[in-house]
Amino acid sequence: MQPFTTLTSTPAPLKVINVDTDMIIPKQYLKTIKRTGLGTALFSEMRYKDDGSENPDFVLNQPAYRKSEILVAGDNFGCGSSREHAPWALLDFGIRCVISTSFADIFYNNCFKNGILPIVVSQEDLDKLFDDADRGSNATLTVDLQNQSIKGPDGGTVNFEIDPFRKHCLLNGLDDIGLTMEKSTKIDAYEEKLKGRAWA
Amino acid sequence: MTATKAPTTLYDKIFEDHVVDRQDDGTCLLYIDRHLVHEVTSPQAFEGLRMTGRKVHAPSKTLAVVDHNIPTTDRSKGIAEEESRIQVEALAKNAKEFGVEYFNELDIRQGIVHIVGPEQGFTLPGTTIVCGDSHTSTHGAFGALAHGIGTSEVEHVLATQTLIQKKAKNMLVQVDGKPAPGVGAKDITLAIIGEIGTAGGTGSVIEYAGEAIRGLSMEGRMTVCNMSIEGGARAGMVAPDEKAYAYLKGRPKAPQGAAWDEALRYWETLRTDEGAHFDRIVKLDAANLPPIVSWGTSPEDVISVTGAVPDPALIEDETKRSSKQRALDYMGLTAGTKMTEIPLDVIWIGSCTNGRIEDLRTVAKIVEGKKIHESLDYAMIVPGSGLVKQQAEAEGLDKIFIAAGFEWREPGCSMCLGMNPDQLKPGQRAASTSNRNFEGRQGYRGRTHLVSPAMAAAASLIGHFVDVRTLG
Repeated sequence: MQPFTTLTSTPAPLKVINVDTDMIIPKQYLKTIKRTGLGTALFSEMRYKDDGSENPDFVLNQPAYRKSEILVAGDNFGCGSSREHAPWALLDFGIRCVISTSFADIFYNNCFKNGILPIVVSQEDLDKLFDDADRGSNATLTVDLQNQSIKGPDGGTVNFEIDPFRKHCLLNGLDDIGLTMEKSTKIDAYEEKLKGRAWA
Repeated sequence: MTATKAPTTLYDKIFEDHVVDRQDDGTCLLYIDRHLVHEVTSPQAFEGLRMTGRKVHAPSKTLAVVDHNIPTTDRSKGIAEEESRIQVEALAKNAKEFGVEYFNELDIRQGIVHIVGPEQGFTLPGTTIVCGDSHTSTHGAFGALAHGIGTSEVEHVLATQTLIQKKAKNMLVQVDGKPAPGVGAKDITLAIIGEIGTAGGTGSVIEYAGEAIRGLSMEGRMTVCNMSIEGGARAGMVAPDEKAYAYLKGRPKAPQGAAWDEALRYWETLRTDEGAHFDRIVKLDAANLPPIVSWGTSPEDVISVTGAVPDPALIEDETKRSSKQRALDYMGLTAGTKMTEIPLDVIWIGSCTNGRIEDLRTVAKIVEGKKIHESLDYAMIVPGSGLVKQQAEAEGLDKIFIAAGFEWREPGCSMCLGMNPDQLKPGQRAASTSNRNFEGRQGYRGRTHLVSPAMAAAASLIGHFVDVRTLG
């Protein structure tokens, strides 16, 4: 996993609440057996017209946001299906940070497994970040994970909370499975205890 | 002398019982007793194992079944759509290579993973159950701690039989009162989601309690727990009782003999203690609950069948207002339209929410001897598993459905998410017993109204929504 340290980018505003993972990546793209190449499918039903051409109204099709690496979105981002194809598609498009007032649990978790930083901010801060994002290429945000801060274009700073263990793993790009396997004696001990439970 | 222990919740007990390791910051390694695997969210996980030379840690605690992709028409000649076929073949190959038990599309035990687990007795009280599918919350109906995970976590569980977890908050949803005839588990769960909102349970595990929950059958409880995720909670659970034990006894993978007795003694301890702390309590009275219908593109967009499409202009917050207006535009609805005046094109009955035998019996009772309305494009019933289908046919329900004009299909997820050929066409409007009314969920530009099986059956006869309580 690619570590996440700092990121400077023009943020793209997606002013929709309850953006579900079906919206992030519709079902027809879930038939892949790979993790890569899903960037073109990101938000496909909003991003493309029926004839397959780009919908110019959609934020990521607008010149200022085509290379945005930060997405600012309405409340409860990533709700619905557990599909990890959603963060895979975001990552493949180039988005490495999503900012919202809240995230659905499974999506939030999936982000950390893929080097994407989901940031929870207050409604007041989100409104401010939406205003910044509305300024297009005239405004950039700098996200600093170590210092847990988002620096705005006018020098203002928003601080955010993050679980220390998740922060550590993201900063260092650590592989969860490798970390857990170091605890294999504890897993063995638990399984030994389970032997006393014939039904389990 | 023993020290008095602080009272704990059902969730606290099961969580604590499965902690393998706890770091200073509270991050835990949780042991996973049961892992269900399907074809859509597992190929990359197995590939990860292959690339790192890792094995499946406990194949006997893993059960694979194909459900999302498969056609619901005759499958004996294989799957026509190439990508779906490749994904299904990948699961078959991975299961064989890694020594995991697998129910293929021709196996009578095959079906939607969350219907198969309980049906086989793989789902048990007091266990931790995960699957790369958000509706894993279904299994909580048995007093299991069950939730969906992403593909990276599927790989983690396959490799280590554990999951990295932090304790969630405890939320109690207490549903009292006895619902009116025709009003049931689906209406209860839709009403809860309407009440708490689709992010209401975020960060929490819900315990459902109260007279109305106790009064539900195991299948009804599964419907309620199934849609916990639509209320934002990864897991929902009900304390196990005689109904849960009676459902499980004798199931192929349930414990037998002395092991059953031992299990039962343990399961009896799985209760929230008097005075245990809940971070949030929500109460609902089922006695006055009407049948519920969704009007928008989020499961929180629900209203009584006797109500009308709400007006987004009344919402103060700009982002919320524009989002709800977007939902109305997508659904092709105008504020103020009575729910009973919305004409339907498709009736779809099935899913892990409502594809079990009791759901089918409810539908049969309403449509027996009648015909689906001529204005409908079609009406389809997809049983949740091969065994549900077999049972329905043994009871003659298939004949009732076919005589009424329904299509009677092979088991699978089908139009709940439309990964197979069962999809709504653009603009088609469905009354669906599934769980999600998201944009494009049941087909590109398709329009979904979530309802109970009884409401879907009633609507099938009239061509629009009707208050099932008014049917004789």
